[in-house]
Amino acid sequence: MKPEESATTGADLLVKALIDEDVEVVFGYPGGAVLPIYDSLFKQNRLRHILVRHEQAAVHAAEGYARSTGKVGVVLVTSGPGATNAVTGLTDALMDSIPIVCLTGQVPTHLIGNDAFQEADTTGITRPCTKHNYLVKAVDALARTVHEAFYVARSGRPGPVVIDLPKDVLMNKHDYTAPPKVAFEHKSYRPQTKPDPKKIAQALEMIIHAKRPVFYAGGGVINSGPKASKLLTQLVHLTGYPITNTLMGLGSFPASDKQFLGMLGMHGTYEANLAMHGCDVMINIGARFDDRITGNLTMFSPGSKKIHVDIDPSSINKNVRVDLAVVGDATLVLEELIKGWKAKQPKVDQKALKAWWAQIETWRARDCLAYKSDKQTIKPQFALERLYHHIKNRDHYITTEVGQHQMWAAQFLKFEQPNRWMTSGGLGTMGYGFPAAVGVQIAHPDALVIDVAGEASILMNIQELSTVAQYRLPVKIFILNNQYMGMVRQWQELLHGSRYSESYMESLPDFVKLAEAFGAKGLRCHEPSKLDDTIKEMIALPHPVIVDVVVDQKENCFPMIPSGAAHNEMLLGPDDKAGKLSDEGMALV
Amino acid sequence: MSKDTPVVAHTISVLVANEPGILARVVGLFSGRGYNIESLTVAETDAKQSLSRITIVTKGTPMIIEQIKAQLARLVPVYRVRDLTVEGPHIERELALVKVRSTGDKRVEALRLADVFRAKVIDAKADSFVFEVTGSSDKVQTFVGLMETLGLVDVGRTGIVAMSRGGEPL
Repeated sequence: MKPEESATTGADLLVKALIDEDVEVVFGYPGGAVLPIYDSLFKQNRLRHILVRHEQAAVHAAEGYARSTGKVGVVLVTSGPGATNAVTGLTDALMDSIPIVCLTGQVPTHLIGNDAFQEADTTGITRPCTKHNYLVKAVDALARTVHEAFYVARSGRPGPVVIDLPKDVLMNKHDYTAPPKVAFEHKSYRPQTKPDPKKIAQALEMIIHAKRPVFYAGGGVINSGPKASKLLTQLVHLTGYPITNTLMGLGSFPASDKQFLGMLGMHGTYEANLAMHGCDVMINIGARFDDRITGNLTMFSPGSKKIHVDIDPSSINKNVRVDLAVVGDATLVLEELIKGWKAKQPKVDQKALKAWWAQIETWRARDCLAYKSDKQTIKPQFALERLYHHIKNRDHYITTEVGQHQMWAAQFLKFEQPNRWMTSGGLGTMGYGFPAAVGVQIAHPDALVIDVAGEASILMNIQELSTVAQYRLPVKIFILNNQYMGMVRQWQELLHGSRYSESYMESLPDFVKLAEAFGAKGLRCHEPSKLDDTIKEMIALPHPVIVDVVVDQKENCFPMIPSGAAHNEMLLGPDDKAGKLSDEGMALV
Repeated sequence: MSKDTPVVAHTISVLVANEPGILARVVGLFSGRGYNIESLTVAETDAKQSLSRITIVTKGTPMIIEQIKAQLARLVPVYRVRDLTVEGPHIERELALVKVRSTGDKRVEALRLADVFRAKVIDAKADSFVFEVTGSSDKVQTFVGLMETLGLVDVGRTGIVAMSRGGEPL
């Protein structure tokens, strides 16, 4: 790497490094320590800066951008409070493996450790909530660090990377270092992407000889790129086996396909969970046996041999002991599995498979997502069914906040392609969906971008209405308003004798007027008969729109595996009573 | 994971880039994920390539130990993680400085025992000694225990450093 340009300031070469990393958009908020960067941004027109209204929203917007494009999302915030406000977003990105590079300002090097104005120990605070972080102490290391940070963020299991930039480093001058022309090779960090051929052979044997198989695919398939979803679909079709997706994996397999069992887990479908419980071979591709998926670990899929494909060796045997671990990138693993399958032309036990599908069809026939419809009040499930009806033939992207509406969205909206569904899975961050939708809309200006929200969650980052107003982003906020923190209320009903401690949303704003205050359009709908018109109007409007859908206050999200229970102990509806929960179950979240 | 799987101590060697914050990353990993650290030593071992070697003694079920190793290996500045306890025979050593203040028979007895343990006298005053003792943790512990009745006033221990037997590097 040779110096290629005459000496420039740290801030200028930072901007140059970002451009060389193919960055087009930066989500950020200025402040004292990053003023030199903002000055450099001002003097160029390659990088677009999106001014958010809170640093947490900057990270979520970058996450939405990253998840809908497959690129690295970039964040720029100032020192101290700028950096600490970003921490929730960074943790969210870490839990969901989203590639983010977050540039934080820092006080000048000679002041570090002196409790200077707007000083925070950013690398210390963000160490456990990033994949890696850097403090750049001298300008000569700046460009190289930026290139390395992008490599770390997007390679292996992706994640957020923080670069802390003291102000003097941004102002000092140095020559620019271009990114390496060949593939980046880090001295110690070498993620394994190519699977071991022996493991592939073993996996194929297990898959071929399965009698009651199920594919269980997660966010790793999405993160591996759109090709992985195509390959997954191909492999599932070749085998004829059933498949279920995690919350993070929705879209990696077309939801309309008859081999798709729907989402699994705590609010997953009956057929998906019972297939997981009763299978003899489980093929996990890019999922991590999260507690939302497994329920009670000691009773999790007791009779199955488990194959686990993951790019991160630390995900393997963390919660569930598996019989075969295949470390590698989902695309490469799936390619090898398909190649192996085609070479073998195996004869699977069709009789067993037929019996297995017959069993699955009886579970499916329970129609676990059925709900009691109502002519007077809008059921949240109905609202989402109607929403889906109107958007399914349009180029659309969905984000969500966290809670009941999120689970209903996962159940009732169908995803046919990857990168169309952005939700906070691991961290469960209320306030995620709206700023994420901002990021998605920036990346896809002509697409229909909808944040399915609850009235509680949306208030957690409502200030971003100002951002959508500034950039005229036609983001749609579809609020399922039940005037409760619905999921909290549901758990209080189930576990705490319906004592609704602090879960009622007092003094909600008038969302229509709120929209108008920010130059957006507000719509409200009370009646099921008017819902279609409201949704059509929302879609037709070229502005940001808040739709306040007043839904049934008491509706709960089913099916549900109560905490501490197993997959075959699901509650299918309000009439199913949970057995007495164990103390251990009560203590789970 | 089963509650009755055995908890065993493992000695793990970690080769890391000697850069600011690396120890905090390793220690933070242990505290953040609730793992135990029984002993930890760290020092630069290769100045030219700027490498440090961290030796950690930790306890856990086999599944936890496997997790600890995978989590360590996942840290960006980590080059290698080796579980010396499972990867063939290895040797462990610890060094302690032991300060004893006594006179008369007790002083003589302390010196005599130091000789038995091949501890070196590295400081001596009319009424005190500082001994340097090296060996397995057991040996060091036994020596410190014996000194307790002989005027022990201060102990400093390095924690364990360990290495595999035979000619192979880490």
